[in-house]
Amino acid sequence: MALAQAAPASRRHFRSFELVLGVLLTGGMTLAVLFSGFLFPDGGESMDLMARLLPPFQNPAHLLGTDPLGRDVLARVIVGGRISLTVGVLSVLGAVVLGTLMGLIAGYYRGIAEVILMRFADVQLALPFILIAIMFLAILGTGIDKVIFFMIIAQWVQYARLVRGSVLALRDREFILSARAIGVGNGRIIFQHILPNVLGPIVILMTLNVANNILLESSLTFLGLGVDPLIPSWGGMLADGRTYLQSAWWVSVFPGLAIMFTVLGLNLLGDWLRDFLDPTGQTSK
Amino acid sequence: MAGFILKRLLQAVFVILAVTLIVAFAIRLTGDPAVMLAGGSNITEKDLQNIRQALGLERPFYVQYFDFLRGVLVGDFGRSFMGGTPVSLLISKALPATLLLAFASLLISIVLSVPLGVYAAVQRGRWPDQLIRILSLVGLSFPNFWLAIMLVLFFSITLGILPPSGMEGPESFVMPALTMGIILTATNVRLVRTSMLETLSQQYIMVARSKGLKDRVVLYKHALRNSAIPLVTYIGLQFGSLIGGIVIVERVFNWPGMGTLAFDAISARDYPVLQGSITVLALFIVLINLLVDIAYGLIDPRIRTE
Repeated sequence: MALAQAAPASRRHFRSFELVLGVLLTGGMTLAVLFSGFLFPDGGESMDLMARLLPPFQNPAHLLGTDPLGRDVLARVIVGGRISLTVGVLSVLGAVVLGTLMGLIAGYYRGIAEVILMRFADVQLALPFILIAIMFLAILGTGIDKVIFFMIIAQWVQYARLVRGSVLALRDREFILSARAIGVGNGRIIFQHILPNVLGPIVILMTLNVANNILLESSLTFLGLGVDPLIPSWGGMLADGRTYLQSAWWVSVFPGLAIMFTVLGLNLLGDWLRDFLDPTGQTSK
Repeated sequence: MAGFILKRLLQAVFVILAVTLIVAFAIRLTGDPAVMLAGGSNITEKDLQNIRQALGLERPFYVQYFDFLRGVLVGDFGRSFMGGTPVSLLISKALPATLLLAFASLLISIVLSVPLGVYAAVQRGRWPDQLIRILSLVGLSFPNFWLAIMLVLFFSITLGILPPSGMEGPESFVMPALTMGIILTATNVRLVRTSMLETLSQQYIMVARSKGLKDRVVLYKHALRNSAIPLVTYIGLQFGSLIGGIVIVERVFNWPGMGTLAFDAISARDYPVLQGSITVLALFIVLINLLVDIAYGLIDPRIRTE
């Protein structure tokens, strides 16, 4: 038995397998959700009380069975993906814009802005955010907008730190100095010369955070603190299905599988991107 | 070293101030606790005034905040709106249940992730490594409460061998601890693997091997011990997310811990209990992180100069 040799070539094949699987899972789920309006015009809402709690794989009209109100589980799983993907994508976009801007400013101009930002970031990263979010959502009431808002507040710091670190490494490099020497303005240096160079790590972090936020949203909604329980969502379906676990396992199993496939796809993509864009491991823990 | 500890202490104080300030601020958003407490419909403005007076709510925010802070320092979080039990008493009953679960989960995750991670490192790039890697990615891809529900489905409903909820007897620990243990293992396996790979590439490992020591001795006596420091630190720093996860999982298993206490308080709009339980959990996490940081700085002097 040899201890820790260099990775064999099979690793590369495995990497491509990861990429393909990641694209298939994420792409498949995204397409299904995007076209859910065509696939299920009723939005998974139509009830058929004669067809309550039908088991899966027996009726072609209800491939994944029906829930206690006779609603199609497959339709609700696909439609429920709208919430998860919306929250995942919007929260990450918000956090990345805010965080990148702050990180660029702190890293490029340094001085007092940097000191304040970094102290603020230290404190914020040490706060147990899920607990604080639970408290605020419990008090302010639920809603998709509030969930997204809290995720942005919780995560922009990660991007700010990452970007600041990259900018510090770049700002005294020759190509920046020469740009400045020929009179290029600060704004243009930041957005045209520095930003493109820090995009790789940002994209990796974004992918993994979309995955994380989908998990987080489903948890909050499951607890009754996230999205309105009347809107179909994966977390909400799991909360409903729990009551019927004994008689109808499928109501709880399939929304969970939907979360798992989507998040796994994103994690595979994120992992592959990390190998591809960031071989030196800036973004790895 | 004293400077390092002082710096970390100061940081912790800032975090604690931030946590308490946020909690105190949040509780102000609940509206008028006097109306809440009075409850009934035939309440006069005079009654409300009296309640506010009794609760000290007419004082400025900063005075109330310092009052809250003083309460935190002496463990006084006020009384529950429901029945007037002191919040500290409720917490003193719930906190041990949550901590027990936390340690049981940690134990499971260490027992699972150390051998798996070491094996993955040894088999680097071969199929066992890839398999462990994929499994750990899958483990990071579902919500903890879903795993909890699936365990209930399997062990309680299909097999009927474990109680689906509550905290009675050792068998009631199995599913809650397994849930968080598996979730933690998914992260920790990768950590053990990376840490082991780093250690295995060191020269003293080569020396140990060239002395003719057995692979097992080299792995577990030389390599694993040296990988242990970063592992222990990281596991300590995970404490926050572990507690966050347990709070949710407690909900599924009706575990009589801090999560259940907090969520029951949410549905009853019992804000002092909510405030107290969130504050205690948050302070606990901050303190554990501080201790881990200082311990790491003591063990590995390089950390201090970072």
